[in-house]
Amino acid sequence: MTFGRTAWLVLRKDLTVEVRSLEIAYTTLFFAISCVLFFAFALVKEGKAPEDGAAGILWIAIAFAGTLALGRTFERERQSETLRALLMAPAARPAIYVGKLLGIIALLSAAELVLVPLVAFLFQAPLLSHPFWLSAVLISGTIGFSAVGTLFSAMLVRARSRDVLLPVLLYPITVPVIIAGVRATAALLEPDVELSLVRFWVALLVALDVVFVTLALWTFEPLMTD
Amino acid sequence: MIIDFDQVTAADVSRHFGRRRALSRISFRAGSGTILGLLGPNGAGKSTMIALLATLMRPSEGDIRYGPHTSKPTGASLRRTIGILGHDLFLYPELTAHENLTFFAGLYGAANARAAASAALEQAGLSDRADDPIASFSRGMRQRVALERALIHRPRLVLLDEPFTGLDDASAAALVGRLRGLRAEGAIVVLATHDLDLADGLLDSALFLRDGRMVDTVARPDALRSTYRTVMGRTGVS
Repeated sequence: MTFGRTAWLVLRKDLTVEVRSLEIAYTTLFFAISCVLFFAFALVKEGKAPEDGAAGILWIAIAFAGTLALGRTFERERQSETLRALLMAPAARPAIYVGKLLGIIALLSAAELVLVPLVAFLFQAPLLSHPFWLSAVLISGTIGFSAVGTLFSAMLVRARSRDVLLPVLLYPITVPVIIAGVRATAALLEPDVELSLVRFWVALLVALDVVFVTLALWTFEPLMTD
Repeated sequence: MIIDFDQVTAADVSRHFGRRRALSRISFRAGSGTILGLLGPNGAGKSTMIALLATLMRPSEGDIRYGPHTSKPTGASLRRTIGILGHDLFLYPELTAHENLTFFAGLYGAANARAAASAALEQAGLSDRADDPIASFSRGMRQRVALERALIHRPRLVLLDEPFTGLDDASAAALVGRLRGLRAEGAIVVLATHDLDLADGLLDSALFLRDGRMVDTVARPDALRSTYRTVMGRTGVS
């Protein structure tokens, strides 16, 4: 059983379950859209949005919705103890982590497809003027955030207060990802976009992704064994 | 690496959860083509022993050996030889019976996962419900699918934790027949159960546990309920 095949099987299973129930997709989207709408009601005055607000609001919505999705995806594995069955499979356990991670990234990417045009519209932000760089920022930021979140969600799956502990552990560790994501997105919203600055933030995000994914792959098996 | 073994040995195995001692100095040997019963009241440590044998936990002290192998260096290769049916059924309620079994057959590296799933459903007598979601199944039907999930890769070591839960008489009798079949095929079956009537005449040896301690072992136990009463009576439980 190859690493890639195991990850693919876990990803396909997660997506099939989600397509059947649409539970995480609906709750995540509802939460993220509500979050953006509340900010719009509070901050947009007489049709004028505050400058530089869109980047922060977009990432707040992604982080909050991501936390919700992370909690639910492992809660699902806990309900029928299917996580134990996954861990019993004769496959590399980090491959299970990768499968779960890819599922979370897919779900968050779908949420971002709705969030980006919504934020652009409500806050009159030219988010779509540099689609390539915006995609690079969102993908690299989502990977970093989800890499840490997937590991912590798996780790906390049997903790009684996991819903409280997840954000408490997740946000301090992912602060660099959120800061880099917000600064890169804000740089893309400037009237004269400084691409070298965007490139710097994206490079930082990619470096963080490499560090977080490597650490997670390294620690997943020992964390899940006992 | 492909590994196989013809016996499982636990030597002075203990497991602590913080200060609580769930298992204390348990020793036994189970050979190929035998069924070992783990018997005892609630909290005796049966499920912990099953989890240890399944490599889902590590012993705090002592050693579990699978033939000449220990669990640590053999990892995934060893897990390929173990099938487990726990208290929880390890099935996804949103997926159909066939999808569940195809998923697990794939994880265990079956060359044709769909065919393996179809064969398993036929064995469970549920081919006509293959495309129904598990959520729509009765407890007994789920239990039958879960058993096939545990056996889909033809494991050498079969670990069953309360497998008779929720089964009607016909299904329980079918399960007993299936366990006898596994024994005849040379599997090592470890069965933790409260259901002494169903286990009666099925076990090749019985390990009696109480409060995490080994009370007694009995080879070829007959009249299991009275044996249980006698053994546990010595320690004040009946």
